[in-house]
Amino acid sequence: MKTLEELRAIRDRMQGQVGLRSEDDTHTRVVVGMATCGIASGARPVLTTLSDLVQQKHLTDKITVTQTGCIGLCQYEPIVEVMEPGKPKVTYIKMNAEKAAEILERHLIGGHPVEKYTLASANL
Amino acid sequence: MYRSHVLVCGGTGCTSSGSQRLLEVLKEELQKQGLDKEVSVVQTGCHGLCAMGPIMVVYPDASFYCLVKEEYIPEIVSEHLLKGRPVEKYLYKEAEGKGEDIKALADTDFFRKQKRIALRNCGVINPEVIDEYIGTGGYQALGKVLTEMTPDEVIQVVLDSGLRGRGGAGFPTGLKWKLAKANAADQKYVCCNADEGDPGAFMDRSVLEGDPHAVLEAMAIAGYAIGASQGFIYVRAEYPIAVQRLKIAIAQAREYDLLGKNIFGSGFDFDIDLRLGAGAFVCGEETALMVSIEGNRGEPRVRPPFPALKGLFGKPTILNNVETYANIAQIIVNGAEWFASMGTEKSKGTKVFALGGKINNTGLVEIPMGTTLREIIEEIGGGIPNGKKFKAAQTGGPSGGCIPAEHFDIEIDYDNLLSIGAMMGSGGLIVLDEDACMVDIAKFFLEFTVEESCGKCTPCRVGTKRMWEILDRITKGQGKLEDLDKLEELANYIKQNSLCGLGQTAPNPVLSTMRYFRDEYEAHITEKRCPSGVCKALLSYTIDPAKCTGCTACSRKCPVGAISGTLKNPHEIDQTKCIKCGVCMETCKFGAISKH
Repeated sequence: MKTLEELRAIRDRMQGQVGLRSEDDTHTRVVVGMATCGIASGARPVLTTLSDLVQQKHLTDKITVTQTGCIGLCQYEPIVEVMEPGKPKVTYIKMNAEKAAEILERHLIGGHPVEKYTLASANL
Repeated sequence: MYRSHVLVCGGTGCTSSGSQRLLEVLKEELQKQGLDKEVSVVQTGCHGLCAMGPIMVVYPDASFYCLVKEEYIPEIVSEHLLKGRPVEKYLYKEAEGKGEDIKALADTDFFRKQKRIALRNCGVINPEVIDEYIGTGGYQALGKVLTEMTPDEVIQVVLDSGLRGRGGAGFPTGLKWKLAKANAADQKYVCCNADEGDPGAFMDRSVLEGDPHAVLEAMAIAGYAIGASQGFIYVRAEYPIAVQRLKIAIAQAREYDLLGKNIFGSGFDFDIDLRLGAGAFVCGEETALMVSIEGNRGEPRVRPPFPALKGLFGKPTILNNVETYANIAQIIVNGAEWFASMGTEKSKGTKVFALGGKINNTGLVEIPMGTTLREIIEEIGGGIPNGKKFKAAQTGGPSGGCIPAEHFDIEIDYDNLLSIGAMMGSGGLIVLDEDACMVDIAKFFLEFTVEESCGKCTPCRVGTKRMWEILDRITKGQGKLEDLDKLEELANYIKQNSLCGLGQTAPNPVLSTMRYFRDEYEAHITEKRCPSGVCKALLSYTIDPAKCTGCTACSRKCPVGAISGTLKNPHEIDQTKCIKCGVCMETCKFGAISKH
C-alpha cells in the first residue's frame, strides 16, 4: 500500500466493524427476539442479516443490533423491536431476512416504519 | 461479518490471571454451539480494571464480565451470545455499598469520570491487527502531516496544544521538537522511552500492549517534524507481551509501507527498531538510555550538550515517553485547541495513572488534568478497602513524594504537585491507608534507589546508602533526633550534586514524608514506637491475662514456641523469643492479644 486513498479504503471497510464496539445512548437499538421460540421460528438469519447490513452500510455509529429473550408473543416470532431515542417503540412480527432488509432500508435509513409488518397492524 | 464481538483482555494483568486459556475455551465453545460465524473473539489490550481480571466485554451491548472463569463460558455462550440474555451473576458490579446495579462499561463509576485519549484504543481494538487501528482512524494523522503540513506547522500544532512530557518532568514536547529541528545534521534520531521502571507503574506497558501503532505513528510524525529518518524504541525486556506486539506492529506497518521508504509517496523515509533494556532503572534517564542504545554500559553523562544537539550517536535526538507519543496523532487529527481545551492552565490534556496500593479498583485510569485526588480515589478508584482511612498517596515512585490527607482536594497537575513537594512522575499512584508507616515507605523507596544507583557519582552512590542506614536505624528504634537533621542535610547535598535525575530526586520520598509526617519519625526516635504498627523491631505482642481463657490455640500456632502456659490458665509471650509474626493475634478468638 502506498496511497492515502488505500488507507481510507481500509478505514472505511473496518470502521463499520470496529464501530460495533462504540457505546452511545443516542444509538437506535434494534433488538431481535432470540429465545427458544424465536430461534425455532428463524430469528438467527434475521439477526445476522440486520447486523451484517448495518456494518456494511457503516451505520454502527448510529444503530446497535442486539438480541433479547422471549417477550411472550411466541406465535408471532421472529420479533424485531426498533427503539429510536425519543420515539415510541416499533415492534415487527413474523420477520424473515428479506423483511428485515426492507425494514433496514425503509425504517432505519428512510425513517418511515413499515406499517404492514408491525404488531399494531396485526389486529390482535 | 460478525454480529457480536467478544473482547477478551490480553494485557499483562489479565494474561496472568488466565485470559489466554479463556480465549481458547471461548473459541471452542462458540464452534461447538455453531456461533463461530456470527460471533468474533477479539484479544485486546488493557481495559484498566486489572484487579477484576480476566475481563471480557461483549459488544454491541457492552456487557462487562469480570473475574471470568473457564467454567462460566458455556453458560455465557448459550445464554448471552445465542439468546441475548446477559448472565447477570458474572457481570461487573460496582463496589460494595453502591447498590447491585449492573451497568454497561461506560456507565460504571470507574469509566464514567475518565477521559481516554492515550488509552482510547486500549481494550477496544486488537493490537495485533493493523486494520483495526486504521479502522479507528489510525495513520490518518501521519497521512495529513505528510501531505498537507510542513514540519514547522506540525511543531507549531504540538506547541499550541500545550502537551508536556508524560514521563514525569513535564517539559513542553513541542519545544523539545523545535530545538531538535533547529540543529542541522546529516542524521537525526527519534527515540521512545519505554523503560518504565517505577515500582507500581504500568501505564506505558499498557499503551504498548493495547495500542502499539499509536506510538509508531507518532514517532513517524516526530521524525518528519525534526527531520529524522530513524527511530528507536527502548523497551524493557521484562515486558514480553509489549515487545511481541511492537514487533508485530512494526512488521505490519512496514508491510503497508507506513514505515520505510517514501511513505505516502511524499519522499519521507522513516523506520523504527526496537532496543531491549535489561531492566536498569537508570536507563530510563535520557542520556543513560541513549548510551545504552549505543551498546555501552547504561550510565548518564553530563548535560549540556542536550540530546537535541548531541544525543544518540552524537546526533540531534528527541526522546519522548510512550504516553506522550500516544497523544500526538489525536492532537494532529483533532487540532491543538481541542487538546488545550482539556486540563488546567499550564497542564493540558489528560494523564494516565496506575492506581495501586490500598484501593478497591486497582488498575489503569486516564483523567483530565485538574481532576482532584479525591475524585480519583473515592469515585474512580472506588475508595479504600475495609473502611480504612486515607493517609497519603504516593506519586512519582522513587523520585516523587506523598500527598497527605490535608491535600486530598488538590487538583492534579504538574505545578500543583510540585508546589506541595510531590511530583507527577510517570503516573504511578500508590494509595496508603492508616496502616502504612511513612518511615517504612520512605525506606522502601530509598532501598530501591540504593539498588538502582548506577554508581557513577558519589553523592548518589554513597549518600543514598547512608540515608538508608539512618532510616534503618530509626525503624529499629536506634535513631537519634539529630538523625533527622542529618537526613535533611544529606538529602539536599545529594539533590544538588548528583549528575542525573535519579540522584537529584532520590531523596524526595524522605523529604516529603519528613515534611508531612515528622511526628511519625519522632515517635520512632523518642518514644521507640511505630504509630502504625509496621516496624517489627518496635512492636511487642502481649496477652491480656483477664481476657485469656487458656485455650492454648496461640501457643500451638506460634512458630517459634514463644508462648507458654497451661490449659485454662492465662498464657504469656516470651519477648526474647518472639519474632513478631502476628500469627497468635490472628489465632486468638477472644481478642486477648494486642500489639503495641
